[in-house]
Amino acid sequence: MILPAAFLQDPDFIRFLYIVAFALFIVGMHGVTHVNTARRGNHIAAVGMAIAVVATLLIEEVGDYGLIALGIALGTAVGVPAARQVKMTAMPQMVALFNGVGGGAVALISYVEYRDALALGGNPELETLIPILFAATIGSISFWGSNIAFGKLQGILPGKPIGVPGQQFVNLALLLVAVVAAVAIAAGAESEGLFLLILLSAAVLGNMVVLPIGGADMPVVISLLNALTGLSAAAAGMALDNVALIVGGIIVGASGTILTRLMAAAMNRSIPNIVAGGFGGDGAAPAAGDGEERPHRSTDATSVASQLTLADRVVVAPGYGLAVAQAQHTVRELADELEKRGIEVSYAIHPVAGRMPGHMNVLLAEADVPYEALKEMDEINPEFPGTDVTLVIGANDVTNPAAREDESSPIYGMPILDVDKSEQVVVLKRSMNTGFAGIDNPLFYNENTTLLFGDAKSSVQEVLAAVKEL
Amino acid sequence: MDLLTELTILVLAAFVGFEVISKVPNTLHTPLMSATNAIHGIVLLGGILIVAESEGFLSKLLLVIAIAFGTINVIGGFLVTDRMLALFKGRKKPEEKEKAAEAETKATPEASR
Repeated sequence: MILPAAFLQDPDFIRFLYIVAFALFIVGMHGVTHVNTARRGNHIAAVGMAIAVVATLLIEEVGDYGLIALGIALGTAVGVPAARQVKMTAMPQMVALFNGVGGGAVALISYVEYRDALALGGNPELETLIPILFAATIGSISFWGSNIAFGKLQGILPGKPIGVPGQQFVNLALLLVAVVAAVAIAAGAESEGLFLLILLSAAVLGNMVVLPIGGADMPVVISLLNALTGLSAAAAGMALDNVALIVGGIIVGASGTILTRLMAAAMNRSIPNIVAGGFGGDGAAPAAGDGEERPHRSTDATSVASQLTLADRVVVAPGYGLAVAQAQHTVRELADELEKRGIEVSYAIHPVAGRMPGHMNVLLAEADVPYEALKEMDEINPEFPGTDVTLVIGANDVTNPAAREDESSPIYGMPILDVDKSEQVVVLKRSMNTGFAGIDNPLFYNENTTLLFGDAKSSVQEVLAAVKEL
Repeated sequence: MDLLTELTILVLAAFVGFEVISKVPNTLHTPLMSATNAIHGIVLLGGILIVAESEGFLSKLLLVIAIAFGTINVIGGFLVTDRMLALFKGRKKPEEKEKAAEAETKATPEASR
């Protein structure tokens, strides 16, 4: 008779559980790609994760349960309150931090795995060693890069690009040091010092790559770090002969890569170009500095209210400024008020509105905007010519027609929301300052554009009050 | 398991990942990213696997930290994703509104009786 314990610890049984686990990851992720099934998909993936953890705990060689419990307890104590309390506006920082700890875990595990091998008598076989070296390098880059991204998003570090002279050469040199040290170990050098050198140069590289990147490029950076963390986890899985880790890691790698490409395309920039240096980081802020004041028309809340109430179709184009001012709830109230009067209101969401992919959608969902009202750029752009009034709230570069028309503009070619094609445009902004990219926006001087100056939230509140009075 | 089997799994899983995730709408980019954060927390398995065989205080300490990091990812990631997804609501369907209206009209005459 087979004892239950022996059966449970049977490697084939464990492998079977891993298959169940990663099948659930894939089914879950498939669910997450549709609004109606997303929540269930997330639950399914979580069940898969629970199965993978239990299966691993069953493995015969696994022990030191006290230390494992301690680690899990510590992680739970930190993770649960963080996840419960984080504000939706702070989600980019949260995701950056999560990317970081994932990369950090990979780097630590590869380091210990290498130490263990040395203690057992020397370098492991190449098929284990190469994934370890890869995981250590990428994990360390991701950990430090993510921490810097977190610092920038949280406002601990300045959001503006921080440059170092000869940046690219320094980065290249650091990468070279890491690669040479890795090759030396792979070629037979048995040295913990060399391994630490890899971790260290990758750490400095992670810092150096993210520090010069400006706030507007953050969606790309976060996606890229997400992809790197996934890849490093997959590499760790190859080193440890663990299928669940390989599949889980590579799914994250794939997802991160897809998002990185989408974000880079939405900004019309290549990934190497973003990684190589900040946007206008060399102080080359064109056009904006020319000082020539062009005429623009400012307006007041009452006029905006009458414009809105006379319209049949209104589009709101929100940008990060809306999130900063916490105006999303007020905007939704205004939309409700207009819809009561039979006016159709929809929202034009640029892929990089916000500080991470899809951030604006989450913020508006939190304000109870139905997701059907949120329209993607390709869907809404043909609809602008039939729109009576477009309200641009806290958005700038993503509405800049220079991207479409002016070949000399640094953002030429970037896909934008064609808000200027609607009958009337009202831009809510703080002042005439330029956006993140420091580029002047011809939209502001158009004949059909009026500007309502002030804090986004109080401006929308005033318009709302004026609409209610009409 | 030999290297080639692992590479096969890696490559196939990468293609599956691309196929499954490539059609994700903008609306779900942030939840997708935090869900994948939770999934790469799976690296905690790595820590669990080697903690018993590792020797020395430093190694064990680093692995406890790694397990804690992985757990933060897994638990925090799934929780925060769920919180976000709970926010996404559709428009109330017209049928539901009608039903609600019907219920009201039915209720009124009874009340007036």
